[in-house]
Amino acid sequence: MSQVRRIVNTSFETLLPVVGVIVALIIGAFMLLALGANPITAYGALIEGAFGSQYSFMQTLVKATPLLLVGLGVCIAFRGGVINIGGEGQIIVGGLGATAIALALPNLPGVLLLPLALIAGIISGAIWGGIPGVLKARLGVNEILTTIMMNAIAQQLSNFLLRGPMIDPKEVLAKTYLPQSAQVPEQAWLMRLLPPTLLHLGTILAVVLAIGVFVFLWRTIIGYRIRAVGLNPSAAKYAGINVPTYQALALVLGGAFAGLAGAVEVLGVSHRMLDGVSGGYGFSGIVTALFGKLHPLGSIPASVLFGSLLVGADKMQRAVQVPASLIQVLLGLVVIFVVSSDIWVRRRASKRQTNG
Amino acid sequence: MAHGSKLMALNSQRMSILLPTGQPRIESMRMINITKRFPGVLANDKVNFDVKAGEIHALLGENGAGKSTLMRQLGGLYRPDGGEIHLDGKPVQFKSPADSIQRGIGMIHQHFMLVPTLTVAENVALGLPSSRGLQLDLDKVSQKIEKLAQRYGLKIHPDAYVWQLSVGEQQRVEIMKALYRGAALLALDEPTAVLTPQEVDDLFKVLRGMAADGHALIFISHKLHEIIDISHRVTVMRDSKVVATHPTAGSTKTQLAREMVGREVILQYDKTPYKPGAAMLRIEDLVVMGDRGQKAVHDVSLIVREGEIFGIAGVSGNGQRELAEALTGLRPVQTGRVVVAGQELTHAKPAQRIAAGQSAIPEERMREGVVKEFSVSENLILQDHGHEPYSRNIFLNFDAIAKESKRLIDEFRVKTPSAETPIKNLSGGNIQKVIMAREINRKPRVLICAQPTRGVDIGASEYIHQRLLEQRSAGTATLLISEDLDELLALSDRIAVMFDGKIMSIIDRDKATVERLGLLMAGVKA
Repeated sequence: MSQVRRIVNTSFETLLPVVGVIVALIIGAFMLLALGANPITAYGALIEGAFGSQYSFMQTLVKATPLLLVGLGVCIAFRGGVINIGGEGQIIVGGLGATAIALALPNLPGVLLLPLALIAGIISGAIWGGIPGVLKARLGVNEILTTIMMNAIAQQLSNFLLRGPMIDPKEVLAKTYLPQSAQVPEQAWLMRLLPPTLLHLGTILAVVLAIGVFVFLWRTIIGYRIRAVGLNPSAAKYAGINVPTYQALALVLGGAFAGLAGAVEVLGVSHRMLDGVSGGYGFSGIVTALFGKLHPLGSIPASVLFGSLLVGADKMQRAVQVPASLIQVLLGLVVIFVVSSDIWVRRRASKRQTNG
Repeated sequence: MAHGSKLMALNSQRMSILLPTGQPRIESMRMINITKRFPGVLANDKVNFDVKAGEIHALLGENGAGKSTLMRQLGGLYRPDGGEIHLDGKPVQFKSPADSIQRGIGMIHQHFMLVPTLTVAENVALGLPSSRGLQLDLDKVSQKIEKLAQRYGLKIHPDAYVWQLSVGEQQRVEIMKALYRGAALLALDEPTAVLTPQEVDDLFKVLRGMAADGHALIFISHKLHEIIDISHRVTVMRDSKVVATHPTAGSTKTQLAREMVGREVILQYDKTPYKPGAAMLRIEDLVVMGDRGQKAVHDVSLIVREGEIFGIAGVSGNGQRELAEALTGLRPVQTGRVVVAGQELTHAKPAQRIAAGQSAIPEERMREGVVKEFSVSENLILQDHGHEPYSRNIFLNFDAIAKESKRLIDEFRVKTPSAETPIKNLSGGNIQKVIMAREINRKPRVLICAQPTRGVDIGASEYIHQRLLEQRSAGTATLLISEDLDELLALSDRIAVMFDGKIMSIIDRDKATVERLGLLMAGVKA
């Protein structure tokens, strides 16, 4: 009897995010109506655009990749009790770092250059996340504020570099001055897996890392400490764990994953650093992680779902002439419903608990 | 409300006798065959309980016996799955706490529901409509509070800020809130848990006065001597059922303990002879600052030896918490020295103290003792996960963790469905046993132990006390900080009394009496 109830409860709780998506889509339908579009046509185009062909589905996976990578970093940070809103900036510096290394060492073979470029992205992101981390650990500065501010700094740094020192010499010659870097050497590209689709090695890397983060958080000493610090810093401190260090570490790792996302975007998709490489992934990655219940493996399906929304949005825009940014609204609605349903479930659970 | 209560008073004048607060009495409250189920748990199994006007009825039982669940149904927080509640012979249903309050039932919870930054009068008036509409009527509220305070001997000042009040005073504010809202029946959940002996006496005077005035009182506790002292009748609950209801007069502590636990209970321990060894914990002229920048610990010096339990008595808030925090590395030491097993650790971090052989049982069990979302086994490795056998290289060793967890759970008789159960699902006593298991398993040379049995049921308390005495025989130097004098007298070899951050006196156990300690705790040098 209680067994059955538990199974019903568990499956109900697992299905809740899906319910959240459906409710968000229903509200989105009314918005589409208000914009004078037919919701059925629009959502049809959305699904068509995301899953309609092999190419479009692979495109969905390509978009899911940076979302997953950023989401993994968000999982670690949130599990450590710190909030990383700096994904955007960390992606930008990650892309810049990877590009700089790849362009600086054009004669290295791919087996060296590709890993070096990826590591450069990871380190750049880690530094960008680490600055707020150290500020929090040493001075108690709120990491939400500093990570957001670091976004602006990264954006301006990118503006400066892509219009100055790192601008593509061809742009200067042609006098078009597009803010982008030169193309990185071909041996540094992430391998295309299914040409002509854009699917690249980075997607597999991201899935492997998701499993790695799961092992890290639940099977290693450091992961255990990060979770302990996140759940109860007082008890962690009492137990001799250095709380600020592990909070800073969680931010560093969060930045490293976002930095890697930037490097993967450059080396796998655009093959050069572009203005706007971050493309909102820094924020959508937070949504992805939340939707995946801050679990690295849950983030995998979540990233595919949000990747499909992003890809399908373009098709929807063309089909019914509504702004693609409506998808951002949908994402926001999904988060609101998923997070609030989560709180609701927890309340229900705590009500069910006996206390004497 | 003011208007409503006047109407109610007018109505009831015709019907029944009034209390001094102007409210009608509740002549009788009966809970009949109350059954309450939670998924997987039967929390109340056909429970019968009643209380009459002018009576103090004690509800005795271990944590998890179903006392709080029963009271929450009376307070309108839960609805019974079966059974009825009768007020003055008529069946009633409480749909919400507001419903219950409106019918004259007041609850004093263990955790106070007060706003620290507001005054007493503001707290009392909070949530009630003003008699002047949008304008506050705090002057009237204050007047009424003063009247009630005088009538019931509740010493409180309406204009004092709640954050300035001691725990005992805050409790009086809670009682005042209930009286002000017209409570004719008052249920107090473990009201003495946080009070000094003197404050308990004051509270009992208030309660006796209220009963004499015709209030019906329910007194929930597991302190046997208090129940014998204050109550007229006692109902004992065990495993969700009522096992006995009888007049208190003529009951003995042994009898009540047996009814509550279901077996014979040891109320006095056999101690091995006192053979103190080398000084293990040496505290010299320690000064520690409190939260408000005052000297919370003021030139404290003491030595705890191997094989000794050194008790620290004192009213809550006299520097014991700050002392324990300084000794565990949570609070900086201003001046003075702390030496553990020959190692100077005055300014050491918690990890260094643990490495030096010091274990600690924190006062705030849920805040500092455990990570409540973690499983029992994850909590058992909170300090020691970084080395053998719990981990190898960078990975946790789950086989070893599971094996050790099972051993500790068995050895310390922790009642838990499994080692993987989140610890927040365990009772307070069992959580404390997990902490004890973890801290003792490390074979400490020094054990800092703060309020080890506060809020813990008698069965678990007894067990914890015996483990502490075992540690004493094994040669551990234990510093036992407690507000429970019975506990200190039962376990300690020497007792120091702290008052206002200073040590008033250090007394050998055989010269210590409750009266002498009580006077010292109140700051009177004997």
